[in-house]
Amino acid sequence: MIEVRNVKKSFGSLRVLNGVTFSIEKGEAVTIIGRSGGGKSILLKVLIGLITPDAGEIHIDGENIAGMDERQLLKVRRKFGMLFQGAALFDSLTVEENIGFLLRREGQTPAPEIARRVAEVLELVGLAGIQKKMPGELSGGMRKRVGLARAVIYRPEILLYDEPTTGLDPIASDSIDQLISCVVETYHVTSVAVTHDMRSARRISRRILMLHEGRIYADQTPDEIFKSQDSIIHQFVNGIAEPIGKESFV
Amino acid sequence: MTRLAKQLIKEWFGGLGRGSILCGEIGTSLVKARPVWRDIVYQMYFIGVKSQSVVIITGMFTGMVLCAQTYVQFHRVRMDSATLAIVSISMGSELGPVLTGLMVAGRVGAAIAAELGTMRVTEQIDALRTLATHPADYLVVPRFLAMFLAMPLLTVESVALGILAAYVLASFLLGIDQAAAWNEMVKHTDDIDILTGIIKTFVFGGVIAVVACYKGMTCPQGAEGVGHATTEAVVISSISILILNFFLTMLLNTILR
Repeated sequence: MIEVRNVKKSFGSLRVLNGVTFSIEKGEAVTIIGRSGGGKSILLKVLIGLITPDAGEIHIDGENIAGMDERQLLKVRRKFGMLFQGAALFDSLTVEENIGFLLRREGQTPAPEIARRVAEVLELVGLAGIQKKMPGELSGGMRKRVGLARAVIYRPEILLYDEPTTGLDPIASDSIDQLISCVVETYHVTSVAVTHDMRSARRISRRILMLHEGRIYADQTPDEIFKSQDSIIHQFVNGIAEPIGKESFV
Repeated sequence: MTRLAKQLIKEWFGGLGRGSILCGEIGTSLVKARPVWRDIVYQMYFIGVKSQSVVIITGMFTGMVLCAQTYVQFHRVRMDSATLAIVSISMGSELGPVLTGLMVAGRVGAAIAAELGTMRVTEQIDALRTLATHPADYLVVPRFLAMFLAMPLLTVESVALGILAAYVLASFLLGIDQAAAWNEMVKHTDDIDILTGIIKTFVFGGVIAVVACYKGMTCPQGAEGVGHATTEAVVISSISILILNFFLTMLLNTILR
């Protein structure tokens, strides 16, 4: 279970998170939405301890990670898998080495078993047989799939997705959404995604949190969010920009 | 002006503090984490084997220039045979370690800072942390250990080639008596001269690795950030080598002689 209590984070004079509070139950699929630059990715990185909050508490299975040092956090992070916006594959390693990275580092799984599990997750993401390719040889969509395979191979309890469909064409986005849903069902993991792609948010989550002005503004089901009459939610969901006067162009 | 000075001092102390924390992490990692020899060997190959051309050229030409210049001065006072001794002592204790350090800082330090900087801006270092791996264990320690081991070897190679090149020049071009020159060199070069040089190389190797890794891992976002980090890594390591060389010479002369 993830419990976030009154988390605050500023960069210089810019306050990005201003008292964020929410909780996510085990096995839930949640999406955090909000405008670009609104602090969604920061919140995701705070959850996994990549960024230390200025104030507040983050409880992972009852353990507050906010005050932990990097080495204590490493043990907690074993529970997490994360898919980065640009996949963040290690350039100098092959696909197989990328996916089996943690298992090899831990040194407890024999090499043939690692190879078998790499092949298994590659098949799951629809990329069987690309073990020996380098990340530079892959397309954006393939890189994200490999990133997802790397995140699920060691069976984490919580999966975090940072803008999983950004930069992909609609068909590739759809396949990533399907994969995320498939992974949640296959491994029964808690899933937390950050996106501003509303189509994707509706498909991959059962609950949507909207981050607005550094706080959780709405905590509803996808249907409630899409039917909401609240002006801020309605504006975001339907992508309605503030009108620009002609004088702005002059 | 006062505000700018305050900001510079704050940044300098901040950098020094974060650098010290990184040194602490390296120490912790050396004690707690299991070293991955494959990574260390690869880094040694990258630092040692790939620096061969730079080190060989630096050593040989420095030795020959030093020999030619010393010969001109010594020939006037009929001390030709002492030329090689000057080359040997200067190369062994000062020029060898410092010039090799500067060349390695330029080639390897820049490459490490650029590599880690790129990893940082493409979130690969964050990805490493999410995979329950401390960046100090996986990225810094192999480079630190490899640099620590490779620098003395590269320096000894550079010094040996410098002396050899100077010997060839002195014997065949300058017409110095070979046996006399060699005899004078062996007679006047102390073990302490060589030991001083070797001790310095361990320090220089450690400094280059720490500065380059620190600059890479804390580099600002974007391509400009990587370029900035790379330049700073080379400049700071080079200046540190020159300053440390003076203090190490004073310290080692007091302790060893």
